[in-house]
Amino acid sequence: MCTMIAERVKIEGSGKGTGGWFSVTQANVSYDHPFNAPVEHALNIDFVNEALGTEARVAVELSAESARYLVETIQTVLEKSEVGGFLE
Amino acid sequence: MYQTDMYEGMLAETVFVPGADGELINAYFARPLGAGPFPAMVVIHHMPGWDDWYREATRNFAHHGYAALSPNLYYRAGHGDPEDVAAKVRSEGGVPDDQVVADLEGSLNYLLALPYINGKVGVFGTCSGGRHAYLAACLLEGFDAVVDCWGGRVVMPPESLSPNFPVAPIDYTKNLSCPILGLFGEEDRSPTPEQVAQHETELKKHGKTYEFHMYPDAGHGFFYYHRPNYRQEQAVDGWEKIFAFLEKYLIAP
Repeated sequence: MCTMIAERVKIEGSGKGTGGWFSVTQANVSYDHPFNAPVEHALNIDFVNEALGTEARVAVELSAESARYLVETIQTVLEKSEVGGFLE
Repeated sequence: MYQTDMYEGMLAETVFVPGADGELINAYFARPLGAGPFPAMVVIHHMPGWDDWYREATRNFAHHGYAALSPNLYYRAGHGDPEDVAAKVRSEGGVPDDQVVADLEGSLNYLLALPYINGKVGVFGTCSGGRHAYLAACLLEGFDAVVDCWGGRVVMPPESLSPNFPVAPIDYTKNLSCPILGLFGEEDRSPTPEQVAQHETELKKHGKTYEFHMYPDAGHGFFYYHRPNYRQEQAVDGWEKIFAFLEKYLIAP
């Protein structure tokens, strides 16, 4: 059933959707029904730009375990980049 | 029951119907051809959107003799691929209950105004649509039967209430204005079997006419043949129960 557990966060970057690259301005994170992943609930992340319409969306649907591992990995990569003096 | 020498025809199309605050929203409407009179159904889509499955379900009701109307409750989120629209609504935490109920009132009145209706209207929904169906049957006058398929969040802890969802639907039970059929799966986590039992207790307490079925080896959404939760035997039995229930309250004299 729909959990209605969702958060929206402003971001800056680019995403590649069905129509090519576009600026992403927001990430929508939910733990709710996925559309494709073969599970009842998934950690869904939609990178969107609402100003460009509903089709400006890059979607991933992850297992909870995968999502946690992804978060850790992102943190690790950012820490290494910071140590290396590469962060802009 | 359909016989092979019967004439059969159906009209299915997009229409506009009144919604909350008098705004027109689009809806998918399917009805048998002929003068009627036909019983009618409001068919409420699930959280994953106003999608292909719901078009098929709407036509399925028409195939069984009902004038069936499925309003697009996500109309205000914009237009595009149903998944993209539903993803936007998902990120917003769903649509407000008061807006949904007002949209459903518009659909109910649209059906009742048609010249080929027998005056009886039911309401059906799955997932969030099951919850919405229950809300509509409690808060609106005019429905003659409600079918709630695995509608979660009928039972809501106080901390999950919000301006968009100010009252747990179970707390409206005393106002339920028609018989209810509920179909659920033992392996569902929302609603859990315990929540369904709590709902049943409330219905019993208020003397409501209800028929609840809890299917073993089934979880959430066991009618959805395109998802891994599909359960063939339970789905076939569930549809049979739905049409028997509707015949009893919308067709039988």
